[in-house]
Amino acid sequence: MKAITANRLEDGRVVYRKAEGGWTQHFEDAARYSDDALDSALEAALAEEGVVVGPYAIDVEGAALSGAKLRRESIRLFGPTAGSTREAAKQGADHVQI
Amino acid sequence: MYRYDEIDDTLVRERVEEFRGQVAARIKGDLTEDQFKPLRLMNGVYLQLHAYMLRVAIPYGVLSSDQLRMLAHVARTYDRGYGHFTTRQNIQYNWPRLVDIPEILDQLASVEMHAIQTSGNCIRNTTTDPFAGAAADEVSDPRPWCELIRQWSTLHPEFTYLPRKFKIAVTGAKADRAAIGVHDIGLRLVAGENGDIGFEVHAGGGQGRTPRVAVKLRDFVGQRDLLAYLTAILRVYNLAGRRDNMYKARIKILVESMGADAFTEAVEDEFARLKNGPLTIPVEEIERVAAHFLPPAADPRPVAKSADPAFLRWKAHNVKPHKVDGLRSVVVSLKPTGKTPGDASAGQMDALADLADRYGLSEIRVTKEQNLVLPHVAAADLADLHAVLAGLELATPNAGLASDIVSCPGLDYCNLANARSIPLAQAISKRLAETGLDEPAGELTIKISGCINACGHHHVANIGLLGVDKKGEEVYQLTVGGVADGQSAVGKILGPGFTADSAVEAVLTVVRVFTERRTGAETFIETLGRIGADPFKEAVYAD
Repeated sequence: MKAITANRLEDGRVVYRKAEGGWTQHFEDAARYSDDALDSALEAALAEEGVVVGPYAIDVEGAALSGAKLRRESIRLFGPTAGSTREAAKQGADHVQI
Repeated sequence: MYRYDEIDDTLVRERVEEFRGQVAARIKGDLTEDQFKPLRLMNGVYLQLHAYMLRVAIPYGVLSSDQLRMLAHVARTYDRGYGHFTTRQNIQYNWPRLVDIPEILDQLASVEMHAIQTSGNCIRNTTTDPFAGAAADEVSDPRPWCELIRQWSTLHPEFTYLPRKFKIAVTGAKADRAAIGVHDIGLRLVAGENGDIGFEVHAGGGQGRTPRVAVKLRDFVGQRDLLAYLTAILRVYNLAGRRDNMYKARIKILVESMGADAFTEAVEDEFARLKNGPLTIPVEEIERVAAHFLPPAADPRPVAKSADPAFLRWKAHNVKPHKVDGLRSVVVSLKPTGKTPGDASAGQMDALADLADRYGLSEIRVTKEQNLVLPHVAAADLADLHAVLAGLELATPNAGLASDIVSCPGLDYCNLANARSIPLAQAISKRLAETGLDEPAGELTIKISGCINACGHHHVANIGLLGVDKKGEEVYQLTVGGVADGQSAVGKILGPGFTADSAVEAVLTVVRVFTERRTGAETFIETLGRIGADPFKEAVYAD
């Protein structure tokens, strides 16, 4: 199965395509597409250039990410695995949302 | 420091308003992403994995305390409380919202800063020795020349759409701390036969997927001819450089394909046409710019002796000689054990700006090693300064040591990366501390890149790591023997790649073999040259 992801135009944050159209930051709310349904969904996503940048399909298996780009997509979903932003999150800085 | 004149100020302000309109047009839908992308890139705005990234230019790595406070303000107000200082002496913010960036640029303009030409196929920020104007071994101060190059190259109509990006580095000292051998153009200030100061000119160096050491085009170019000679090089490149393949578009590929002699001849022909023309720099203009970079006054105060071991260790590694009596330059390490190389919090930036005002003539430098420098500190103030820096986690005594690791942001942030860099840097830093190898190894460079674009400068590291993706797994190639300072050389791959965990131990093994096999005060490169790579290879691949 596939899901569709992009970056939100206004702030660049990672978003996922919802089944009813529109976008969410919550991967669990992302629509899953069969190969047959993917093309038309991607076409619709690409048409929303005023909302998102660069929509593309990613591999999913059940409720989880999968496929050759798993690490990259996991980092996009969960945030940096290391670095100052991560450290700030651990310390509970309220301006950090990962 | 150089201060903007009316032309500089107007240019930057107008650029901010132009970009404000472009962002508004993109949000409104009047510009497509294809139309907007080149516009945002020309203003330093990338789209990375999680968010937009804004790269702010720090011209030749020189900052005033007010500018550093503004960078702290941007980090605190528009980002997540941090900034990342880069290997090109700039700063990057990893989380700004696109809609906020025009306002960020407007505020940066109020302290004479911008993000112009921090991306795109144009002449990028010129880099130089972070100890410029202070270094005891300096032949001549490179900063006035960097400033003249900045003014000449900013929005240069002929060189705004080059085949590929273009980087110029200038060194004014005998020791090359600007890595001129791995830049598109490298300039070394030298004294000519009659004692006049001019430039030794190198071109065609670079890192990335095809690392090359620059070739020397000229032993000497006179000061007034500098811009004419640079124009000649850029013009030959702009006309003959490849535009059909971005991986073969850098000047290093052109120099190699033409051959150094033919390339030099083409440059000399063009220079002959330009010499004594309008590009000849008026003496008055050289003097006007140079007047912004006067040397500081000597400080005759006596220096009290200290027996504090922490201070003495910091002084031994992080305090550098100064050309003016009673002054020293101080490296402020952004490499505490286990932390992210090059990151500084807003609080640290604010505090350092205050310290620069109190102890350092209000000036700060950024280094290509991702540290900061207070270039002009009185020797009499060093102990007091150290005490305050220590409380800010800014007094790690490791400048130039193995734990002074250079690292790109890698796959944790970067859209181009294939593998992570920061976690490896953190792990190596911790292991060096645990094993106690850092101090015995002495000066040694470790640099990590998360992809072949080599922003972490791994090619020119004594010990380099390059992250690649092999069927979804992060694999790291280990190189040894790279050098950026002095006689530039590209490191060679030691053998098969490593997983992340084993790469960390492999690096530690190379450091350990070096400490066991070195003779006297040999550097890593000298030991490697004497014993060859085999002892390192045997130890690293022993199991």
